[in-house]
Amino acid sequence: MTETERHDYDVLVIGAGGAGLRAAIEARERGLRTAIVCKSLFGKAHTVMAEGGCAAAMGNVNDNDSWQVHFRDTMRGGKFLNNWRMAELHAREAPDRVWELETYGALFDRTKDGRISQRNFGGHTYPRLAHVGDRTGLELIRTMQQRIVALQQEDYAAAGDYEARLRVFAECTVTELLTGDDGAIAGAFGYWRESGRFVVFSAPAVVLATGGIGKSFKVTSNSWEYTGDGHALAMRAGADLIDMEFVQFHPTGMVWPPSVKGILVTEGVRGDGGVLKNSDGDRFMFGYVPDVFKGQYAQTEDEADSWYADQDANRRTPDLLPRDEVARAINTEVKEGRGSPHGGVFLDIASRLPADEIRRRLPSMYHQFKELADVDITAEPMEVGPTCHYVMGGIGVDPDTGQSNVPGLFAAGECSGGMHGSNRLGGNSLSDLLVFGRRAGLGAADYVTGLERRPAVREVDVDAAARMALAPFDPVGGQGGSGSGAVGENPYTLHAELQQVMNDLVGIIRTASEMTAALGRLAELRARLRGVVVEGHRQYNPGWHLALDLRNMLMVSEAVASSALLRTESRGGHTREDHPVLDPEWRHRVLRSRCPRIPGDDPVVPHVAVEPAERVPMRADLLALFDLTELEKYYTAAELTAHPQGGTV
Amino acid sequence: MSYPGQFRVWRGDADGGALVDFEVEVNEGEVVLDVLHRLQATQTPDLAVRWNCKAGKCGSCSAEINGRPRLLCMTRMSVFEQSEVVTITPMRTFPVIRDLVTDVSFNYAKAREIPSFTPPADLAPGDYRMAQADVERSQEFRKCIECFLCQDTCHVVRDHEENKESFAGPRFLMRIAELEMHPLDVADRVPAAQEEHGLGRCNITKCCTEVCPEGIKITDNALIPMKERVADQRYDPLVWLGRTISRRRG
Amino acid sequence: MTATVRDDPRRVGARGVDAPGRAAVGARTLRTDRWWLPPTATTVGLLIFLVYGGVRAFQQQYFFADERYLTPFYSPCVSLGCASEPGSSHFGMFLPDHPLIPYAALSLPFLLLFRLTCYYYRKAYYRSFVLAPVACAVPEPHARQTGETRFPLIMQNAHRYFFYVAVVVSLVNTYDSIVAFRHPTDGFVVGVGNLVLLTNVVLLWCYTVSCHSCRHVMGGRLTHFSKHPVRYWLWTKISALNTRHMLFAWVTLASLILTDLYVALVASGTITDFRLVG
Ligand SMILES: Cc1cc2nc3c(=O)[nH]c(=O)nc-3n(C[C@H](O)[C@H](O)[C@H](O)COP(=O)(O)OP(=O)(O)OC[C@H]3O[C@@H](n4cnc5c(N)ncnc54)[C@H](O)[C@@H]3O)c2cc1C
Ligand code: SF4
Ligand code: SF4
Ligand code: FES
Ligand code: FES
Repeated sequence: MTETERHDYDVLVIGAGGAGLRAAIEARERGLRTAIVCKSLFGKAHTVMAEGGCAAAMGNVNDNDSWQVHFRDTMRGGKFLNNWRMAELHAREAPDRVWELETYGALFDRTKDGRISQRNFGGHTYPRLAHVGDRTGLELIRTMQQRIVALQQEDYAAAGDYEARLRVFAECTVTELLTGDDGAIAGAFGYWRESGRFVVFSAPAVVLATGGIGKSFKVTSNSWEYTGDGHALAMRAGADLIDMEFVQFHPTGMVWPPSVKGILVTEGVRGDGGVLKNSDGDRFMFGYVPDVFKGQYAQTEDEADSWYADQDANRRTPDLLPRDEVARAINTEVKEGRGSPHGGVFLDIASRLPADEIRRRLPSMYHQFKELADVDITAEPMEVGPTCHYVMGGIGVDPDTGQSNVPGLFAAGECSGGMHGSNRLGGNSLSDLLVFGRRAGLGAADYVTGLERRPAVREVDVDAAARMALAPFDPVGGQGGSGSGAVGENPYTLHAELQQVMNDLVGIIRTASEMTAALGRLAELRARLRGVVVEGHRQYNPGWHLALDLRNMLMVSEAVASSALLRTESRGGHTREDHPVLDPEWRHRVLRSRCPRIPGDDPVVPHVAVEPAERVPMRADLLALFDLTELEKYYTAAELTAHPQGGTV
Repeated sequence: MSYPGQFRVWRGDADGGALVDFEVEVNEGEVVLDVLHRLQATQTPDLAVRWNCKAGKCGSCSAEINGRPRLLCMTRMSVFEQSEVVTITPMRTFPVIRDLVTDVSFNYAKAREIPSFTPPADLAPGDYRMAQADVERSQEFRKCIECFLCQDTCHVVRDHEENKESFAGPRFLMRIAELEMHPLDVADRVPAAQEEHGLGRCNITKCCTEVCPEGIKITDNALIPMKERVADQRYDPLVWLGRTISRRRG
Repeated sequence: MTATVRDDPRRVGARGVDAPGRAAVGARTLRTDRWWLPPTATTVGLLIFLVYGGVRAFQQQYFFADERYLTPFYSPCVSLGCASEPGSSHFGMFLPDHPLIPYAALSLPFLLLFRLTCYYYRKAYYRSFVLAPVACAVPEPHARQTGETRFPLIMQNAHRYFFYVAVVVSLVNTYDSIVAFRHPTDGFVVGVGNLVLLTNVVLLWCYTVSCHSCRHVMGGRLTHFSKHPVRYWLWTKISALNTRHMLFAWVTLASLILTDLYVALVASGTITDFRLVG
């Protein structure tokens, strides 16, 4: 093997999405030598896809808004499972983080008096989302990308080298984190996608900001990058994941044609009068209003239709029930054979509004369907179905510093867990990236500054990582498997099967038997992965890249399935058909996933163990922000003694 | 609804390559990127293609289809005849890495040469006030997804490798325009636009505008206004006369 | 992103899309559409206008009809030769009457330069005459490209000054079209010719006002629109017209030819002007 490229940094940030960029800016501004590594080109991270906006209680549009209100909304949205400290920091700091973006050059849409405009969104009490049309994520990425360029220009002016203190390693994939003798982070191992050559980073602090896991599901709004790398890297380095059973399915994604399956159809379609229908033409949502919502939603089509005109005198249509309810209803209709030809249901706005009105109110949706599906939504119904959108679970971190239970390993953004509880509110992700990206960068900087001795990279680990990365060119086949796992597996086939398994068995509605079956299938796929063989050479070889990503997808899928099997209740992004109600005894418990490192375990895809643990109880002053009656729905009586209204035991 | 489509895909690297013929199944509603994915999954697992979002939002999948710079994920197969041979090559202005993937580092180097946003020194975060009317022009330019198709199609560099040094390309001349029109930016980039970034090389032939998948009116709204700003500063005849005279003397 | 441009001995010296390091595709362009059609049409269109305009500018005949219609090609009629058509000169006669000096020698060169330096026409003739580039992603034949950085093309930057002159000439044309309603003996009359002149003048204004330089000086050069509501309003209106600048560029070529032709046909007695009023 030729000599491996090596680099030395103080802080290594893996991921160039909103969280990674903000972390890198912070670490560099604290004077540390910082590197950013990302799988795709600089400025292409998944964050560019975010549309709606970035939630921050600035109170520009409605000055009743405050961090306390934002905090309450976030906790309610997450069904009180959120890490309350994260929710608190998030609500308090988001406005400063948004204003900071303006100093980097961001141009948000404006209010009349020249401040940042804010829009309404589901679950947010007041207009709260800073936005730029429907491309807020792009603005975030570009702004921070340009901030990084500005910092590089400063270094160039000072040292004659743009990359003296901040360098971006684009199209470079990290396949393994490296730890020192004491288990603390020492660096990372990766390969250049372009050349296939290996690269070793030595760094005492690593910030993971690798985003989500959606590519393990067949129907998803996520891009190819979302293979759960950060989740898997962290587990293999000894860190715990939390809440992995909570995966958000958006009820309305496109289902046809295949080229656009999973692409989001905004909730605004239903807000503006669009209704869901099954193949019999029935507005089926009327049959799915759960008891707790019975009083709040219309019971007849006439009443629902009047609601659009007069919202005070009528109750809203059940088409606008919370996302998990709608997604579940669609799922049932399809399962019972009343779906649309391509396995979704119909979302009809054509028969509800005049064509001009549709084009005026939903220009991007009109364009999206016209361009990509050849469907004129002013003339025919759309076909929609649930799509995997976001993972609430992730690396368990200290709220204030972003550090995981592995010293030197930090995490922020979608790959970290806790902030959103069992269900994320729209717009809370972009602000999450900014708040906790900065905190992780800061945490890493402080950690490095305080270190007495930097852990050294162990050469045996580097060799092992290199061997592991090259295995698909010279596979050994799955030993000890159940007959499957012969040499010659195609990574694309394996990936398609994994997506099907997760979609069918660990999707939006879960049962114990299906998840047990899924775990069986995952074990089988794990064995077959060892037989995957890739053609060609190492230069920009997507087959090879996929084979390596599959390791991570399988690990993360196992964490999701195992956690989901254990949690015997339904809450937010986790719906159990066999345990359909919310159970307060589960609220205070968190499921932690980790690699138990069993001797003789499969080194390609190590096993994942999931264990319950207790959550830290909410600070009394925060608890006091809620009414006792509201908390009683979620908390056990014993937990509420700390409430000032005096919970009784 | 599916049919066997005929494709010619360029395969190779910096040392050479060729157009290779493939027959691939095409289904209703697919885009060119879907076909390339099917090609990967069934015939050429190592075919190199760059893509991310498959929704026209990230600007990764730039290539040339039947000789025209386009996004692979936003080019629907239905725009071609079923019998038509669809030819796909990498972008031809940048060095090729492998198959359809090119080395676009030129663009990142140019991005670094544009002086960054410079706010007034005494303005605190949270105190920024800007009218919607004042930010709209720059907002149009900030729709850019950095697909670099405009850079690819611009003949100034496409047909003249030697110009790469002195020409920032439409995307980054537009970045200068964006900052010049930013209501709170205090720096002056007009002289540099002409002298260092090659604005004068642009002959406003609008190919950049033609290919932009975001529909940004690059030439009309960024390049020509920049040329006018240069004219304000440098080609005012009186200023020009004064300069010429002093140059003669000196 | 670190691939180096390798020196391939076979391709050293190769230019543009064949430069070393780029994908060796072979064909200079793979475009399959009829990309040569628009530049060909442009060439034909521009040549027709140049030939027609050239002939008419030097013809020094049939430029004034019914004692009131002055063709735009002879406006303002300032040559001593204009005396051959009494009433055709509205701004005095002082240029020598010479076959090589058009009667409107005061305006024509500037109008020519106005259109020659017009951002749209630049695009049009760079593409169709200079072939730089003839169509997008079709290689241009030139060994070097300096764009508009050198003399003479650097003079394109003077466009706005020709715009100022063009505004004056448009005012003159407007005046011509208004006085054309007054017949020396019949008083106020309206003929088809009046409508022709009027339409032409309106179109000329559309072309002139939608000019990029106009858009810039009227408001585009401002950074804070919100502080200049009137100029911002002007800018938004001009911007709306500006998106159709190419259309106006062609329509005015056609309307100039048709207007001139109409005047020439009436003046030569080939047709008679139909009177609607008076
Ligand atoms: C269609 C859509 C719309 C959305 N709209 C909104 C919205 O309106 N508001 C909102 O708040 N949220 C929204 N979200 C969610 C939000 O966009 C994401 O949760 C968020 O962008 C995640 O950011 P991140 O920084 O964690 O990671 P990302 O932006 O995904 O970045 C991940 C980075 O990690 C890198 N990476 C991954 N693995 C590796 C590896 N092994 N080696 C090296 N690098 C690696 C990637 O290259 C990438 O740079 C939306 C999501 C989708 C899909
Ligand atoms: S208009 Fe200018 S920048 Fe755009 S493609 Fe043409 S020459 Fe290049
Ligand atoms: S300006 Fe348009 S074509 Fe150019 S990089 Fe941006 S999005 Fe692409
Ligand atoms: S893949 Fe993102 S633009 Fe095509
Ligand atoms: S007249 Fe065409 S741009 Fe000025």
